[in-house]
Amino acid sequence: MSTTTQTAPVLHSEAMPVEQSQLRLIVRRFARHRLAVVCSALLVSIFLLAGAVRALVPFDATEIEVGNSFAAPFSVSLKDGRTHYLGTDHLGRDYWSRILYAARISLTVAVVSVIGSTAVGAVVGALSGYYGGVLDDILMRFVEFLLTIPTLPILLILSSILLQSPKAVPVPDFIINGLSGFMYISALEARQVVMIMLVLMSLGWLGIARLTRGVVLSLKTMNFVEAARAAGVSNTRIILRHMIPNAFAPLVVSASLGLADYVISEAALSFLGFGIQDPTPTWGNMLSFTESYMFEHPWLPLIPGLPIFICALAFNYVGDGLRDALDPRLQL
Amino acid sequence: MNAVSTQTNGANGSAQSPKKLLEVNNLVKHFPVRGGLLQRVVAQVRAVEDVSFHIYDGETFGLVGESGCGKTTVGRTILRLVPATGGSVTFEGQDVFAANPRQLKQLRRNMQIIFQDPYSSLDPRMPVGESIGEGLLVHGIGTRAERFERVIQTLRSVGMQEYHARRYPHEFSGGQRQRIGIARALALQPKFIVCDEPVSALDVSIQAQVLNILQDLQAEYKLTYLFVAHNMSVVEHIADRVGVMYLGKLVEVAPRGELFRNPRHPYTKALMSAIPVPDPRLKRERIILKGDVPSPLKPPAGCRFHTRCPEAIERCKTEEPLLRETSTGHWTSCLLVN
Repeated sequence: MSTTTQTAPVLHSEAMPVEQSQLRLIVRRFARHRLAVVCSALLVSIFLLAGAVRALVPFDATEIEVGNSFAAPFSVSLKDGRTHYLGTDHLGRDYWSRILYAARISLTVAVVSVIGSTAVGAVVGALSGYYGGVLDDILMRFVEFLLTIPTLPILLILSSILLQSPKAVPVPDFIINGLSGFMYISALEARQVVMIMLVLMSLGWLGIARLTRGVVLSLKTMNFVEAARAAGVSNTRIILRHMIPNAFAPLVVSASLGLADYVISEAALSFLGFGIQDPTPTWGNMLSFTESYMFEHPWLPLIPGLPIFICALAFNYVGDGLRDALDPRLQL
Repeated sequence: MNAVSTQTNGANGSAQSPKKLLEVNNLVKHFPVRGGLLQRVVAQVRAVEDVSFHIYDGETFGLVGESGCGKTTVGRTILRLVPATGGSVTFEGQDVFAANPRQLKQLRRNMQIIFQDPYSSLDPRMPVGESIGEGLLVHGIGTRAERFERVIQTLRSVGMQEYHARRYPHEFSGGQRQRIGIARALALQPKFIVCDEPVSALDVSIQAQVLNILQDLQAEYKLTYLFVAHNMSVVEHIADRVGVMYLGKLVEVAPRGELFRNPRHPYTKALMSAIPVPDPRLKRERIILKGDVPSPLKPPAGCRFHTRCPEAIERCKTEEPLLRETSTGHWTSCLLVN
């Protein structure tokens, strides 16, 4: 070994002075995107509120106080001394409590749908791009066909079918039970929530698949893939250890942008009455009931509308920040 | 086309063993061009046409030619990184193209590649130590600690340090990355390495450094190189024997000294006359080739070089020359050479 070391001395001037982990670099670049930092703080607090919902709300989500509809914010319950921080809705249910329970449900729906559709899309896209040929043709023509159809009508039809017969799709009990425990809803409601997640996922993976395929196609031409094959690395390992990690940054970005999409889509479905049904609270269906009363009680639509607005905006900015932070071409 | 069947004297006529490590017989590689609505094959790019040569154990075989002549494709096809259209490659008596997946994986321990572009040859999301050790991992060589030890040892052998193993490719310069690429090829302790223009993307100062490393490693590990290049000076420096390619065909094969002293094929002569000489007062005859290389989609009939050959005669347009031994160890594919 020593003979070669002599002829090829290490050129210290070429090396970077300090060792830096990738993660620290990414965090530093993300921190420079002020708006994204503010938005992630906002999102973290919303997630914390939704997480600690039991400790923060005085009422149950479905608890009706008869004769006290449209109570003003900070009014006191007629029965006992509990405060309606944000008033009550048309049935006399506590608005603040419902908003927080709804946050838990709406955000869970968005997060689970994003994870599911990203996983499916990444696998389909990676297979399609890496193996190419007939498989690629079949998968991509199928994806393109689905993408040409307007999304909302399809979602409406799908969800009306699935909500009509929720048993049509077999869902393992532990998922239903887990979700019903997590979101403080009944098993029947949880099944409904799962159906809505499936509806959102059914079209959500399409864009991810195309994105991943594009990334994989460009990675496939890189020499390091060929070097791995020359070393005897299997296709599976190349996809898992080289393709997916390199496609990770665009996937994370598109997932965070997808969260915004899913919050809105779920709200839109529920608003139109094809989503999660009352009495299970979601931001969307809370909004839909305010329609008839908004002229007399204008704060009613604002309260569930605001978190939808904030979440959609914040996820978008965080996505932007991540895009900048994860781009390996940018150096700090 | 039986350039391989006759035993020639080894490189430089030195005490090299005449054992053939690699034999390439009538290698053909066509790339289909697809077009139209149904993506049917409308044409074939004839990248490599009927190429035969052999490489002796421990030597460096230089393969030169201009861009697009198929020299890189020859290297990649030998390693089965792209499937060949025809012909055969024999490595240590084993047919590479006929190997089943398990045999191929074993073969790959002995046959590695170094790429031209140091920027795309390393995975940007993987620490370089892991890239180097990946081959060891998938071949199940050693324990985790032993593999790491081998990675470090390989890194040192290309003049890098232990702490470099944890770093990512973007933290290195082009020359360093190229050395890491060499380390990755070395990690499996192969017998044969295809060097695909390993220095043409580097600064001249770094070129010398990398070439020296390659030569030192060859001496230390008894490596055999197929050295693909377009720079004649680099080839003259490193190769023992040289093959010259033109438009997918091998036009001349000879020991380095013989080829540079006594080029026989008109194309080789033109290449030689284009080598810059660091003497401004030296008068010499430059052979300037006219026109462009014909498209490999539709190579010319007869001798492929006749469209640009300054010595071409009528016969060259119709009759295809064979690569034949015109003197001991010197093979030429030209009708005009006796």
